[in-house]
Amino acid sequence: MAIRSASAMSSDRTEQIDVRYVANLARIELSDEECTMFQKQLGAIIGYIDTLKDVNLDTVDTENLNAVEDNQLREDISIRSLDQDDLLRNAPESAKGQIRVPKVVDA
Amino acid sequence: MELSNQSITALRQQLISGEISSADIIDSLANAIDTKDAEIGAYLSHDLDAAIQDAKTADLTLPLGGIPIAIKDNINVKGQPCACASRFLEGAYTSPYDATVIGKLRAAGAILYGRTNMDEFAMGSTTENSALANTVNPHDITRVPGGSSGGSAAAVASHSAIAALGSDTGGSIRQPASYCGVVGLKPSYGRVSRYGLVAFASSLDQIGPITQNVEDSALLLNVISGGDSADSTSLDQAQVDFTESLNDGVAGMKLGLPKEYFGDGIDPAVRDKVNESIKKLEAAGAEIVEISLPHTEYAVATYYIIAPAEASSNLSRFDGVRYGNRVEDPKEIIDLYRRSREQGFGPEVKRRIILGTYVLSSGYYDAYYNKAQKVRSLIKQDFANAYKKVDAILSPVTPNVAPKIGADKDNPLQQYLADIFTISANLAGICGISVPCGTITSNSGSELPVGLQILGPHMGEQAILKVAKSVEDLV
Repeated sequence: MAIRSASAMSSDRTEQIDVRYVANLARIELSDEECTMFQKQLGAIIGYIDTLKDVNLDTVDTENLNAVEDNQLREDISIRSLDQDDLLRNAPESAKGQIRVPKVVDA
Repeated sequence: MELSNQSITALRQQLISGEISSADIIDSLANAIDTKDAEIGAYLSHDLDAAIQDAKTADLTLPLGGIPIAIKDNINVKGQPCACASRFLEGAYTSPYDATVIGKLRAAGAILYGRTNMDEFAMGSTTENSALANTVNPHDITRVPGGSSGGSAAAVASHSAIAALGSDTGGSIRQPASYCGVVGLKPSYGRVSRYGLVAFASSLDQIGPITQNVEDSALLLNVISGGDSADSTSLDQAQVDFTESLNDGVAGMKLGLPKEYFGDGIDPAVRDKVNESIKKLEAAGAEIVEISLPHTEYAVATYYIIAPAEASSNLSRFDGVRYGNRVEDPKEIIDLYRRSREQGFGPEVKRRIILGTYVLSSGYYDAYYNKAQKVRSLIKQDFANAYKKVDAILSPVTPNVAPKIGADKDNPLQQYLADIFTISANLAGICGISVPCGTITSNSGSELPVGLQILGPHMGEQAILKVAKSVEDLV
């Protein structure tokens, strides 16, 4: 099997992803430079992962697709969780035993 | 011989006989870190004063009593920082709990004194994506140690750690072990609890040992494996002593060579080293069988859909609300998320979150994520078919020796393609180990290690450890 070289891959797919739109879905602010760089790099990556189009999937049993085998659930009983003070110590801002954030809902 | 240069087994014998104390080991380690780590950069932090105190009270009757173990920076150790080598968590997070593997190490008497560098959130294969420190390869400081567990591998290789834990999502234990000339084991999915490992791609992640030799790898696996009610994907399993069958040899074993793993694109010098060790295994009585893993060529594409998809979901927890660094003066809550994540994440993490968000987004989900899950099942089936014919599979760990620092910095796809031999094991949930099988002399005269990968069936660690031990003895 030949390990393909990235430079040999077509990069005509750079228009397929709108990086700024997707970054907004992911709640990441991007600078213009990052946006331009990611547009090119992600275009090449998406061009590559598109090779999955060639795979014959007729024989794949879609019923039990990668079902997590033997997912082992514990007994449904209450157990002691982590200490509130320990957890709040990692919060950027907290008050009265709660985490503080900017106002979310207008009055 | 310096204590820090010795294996767990060798040190344990001297501890039990009373020749040395655990504090002697910590002293030797402190000296090694002091003299080497400024150059190598394997550690993000350590507390050797606390380690000396732990050493004084260590219970030497326990399996790892008095032995210091280094921990990758994405595994929670109560009271220590856990930054995943990210600005997002740097200086802003102290673990409020122990990961299950850490609880097991403590119960076995190990001393947890330091945290090793890594690619940010385990995304990368050179450790250059760490936002906090630079780590170099101890065999050639102009080269990368590999990644993402590069700090753990470099620490063990430079003898500034006796042994370490890493995590492997697509090769992140085996590949740096190969580049650094140490032993790296990725256990089968479910063998080891993931509770307390900061999740990257939950269906692929496993914690495993990076050690100086195969016996230490088996010893650490004895301690860290086991089902755990805090991780529903961990498996209840009979307690096995993985060291017991290590010296049984390979005579009569059937070892498969996947023809897809020995084609073009591999450095011929790497292929020669791997073939030499295969010949030695054959001379020792193993039967070498050519096999086929027909969907190998789709593994990288499948992985780079599934892993970023899971990462985009897992890393949504880093939003600047509950932990980590929050941006100054957020205008409103969305602005808080967006700018905290902009500041906190490095480029590779952003790239993968955006890619993962894209493949999961409306209209693309079937074309990418669903399709990748189907191809994943075919890759899994390839291995199931192969293990009907062979006991274990042999291959290179990587197509090349450790690259120069900065070599593929601006070409992430080229870096991803080099993961070809390691990622299938994660997609299939099987176990794999990297064991040193020789060195190649670089143009500058450095001796660069090459690793042999041994892949075993799901929960087949005993078989691969036995083969790895034979390689270690024969090479």
